[in-house]
Amino acid sequence: TELFSVRQIRKMLFFSFFKTLVGKEVVVELKNDLSICGTLHSVDQYLNMKLLDISVTDPDRFPHMLSVKNCFIRGSVVRYVHLPSEHVDTQLLQDATRKEIAANKK
Amino acid sequence: LKMADEKEAPVALGTTVEEPLDLIRLSLDEKVYVKMRNDREIRGRLHAFDQHLNMVLAQAEETVTTVEMDEESFEQVYRQTKRTIPMVFVRGDCVILVSPPMRGS
Repeated sequence: TELFSVRQIRKMLFFSFFKTLVGKEVVVELKNDLSICGTLHSVDQYLNMKLLDISVTDPDRFPHMLSVKNCFIRGSVVRYVHLPSEHVDTQLLQDATRKEIAANKK
Repeated sequence: LKMADEKEAPVALGTTVEEPLDLIRLSLDEKVYVKMRNDREIRGRLHAFDQHLNMVLAQAEETVTTVEMDEESFEQVYRQTKRTIPMVFVRGDCVILVSPPMRGS
């Protein structure tokens, strides 16, 4: 289990959000234009992610991942994460955002 | 349970705009225009963001602008590639600016 200070917990909106998507299929698009489809296994406070059973969405351009089953992606190299809209509660996200912004005021 | 390292300040979830992030908060559940690095732009409905400008957008249309040089005429050709993503997380370190959409929509 991880320990966080009170200050850290207030800045974890997307960490909490991605934890709700563990077990779901996502497509992570990296800053180098590589797109990786896989099941979200885990995420951490830096939004580093581990994906299982991955497939590259354009294997002709990126054949070097063909033998890779699972991967760890550093959060900082992510550009987008394509999300399954049916598993995203937009109302909850908006309410959580309002609280997070209010809580982070100096 | 007393939190030893912080004072509990009253939290106003209301409508005062004090900081730049409050301006973005006004756009929650509205369409926004996001200018990003590498000549990308996204228009979509804003559902979440944080202080890093990480965001979740719905019905997002991404526009990538590229410039090609015609070898014979030496003309610069601007090309725009668009695609729509139903629900997307955008990492904040790519974001340049966030604003209400500029075209009338």
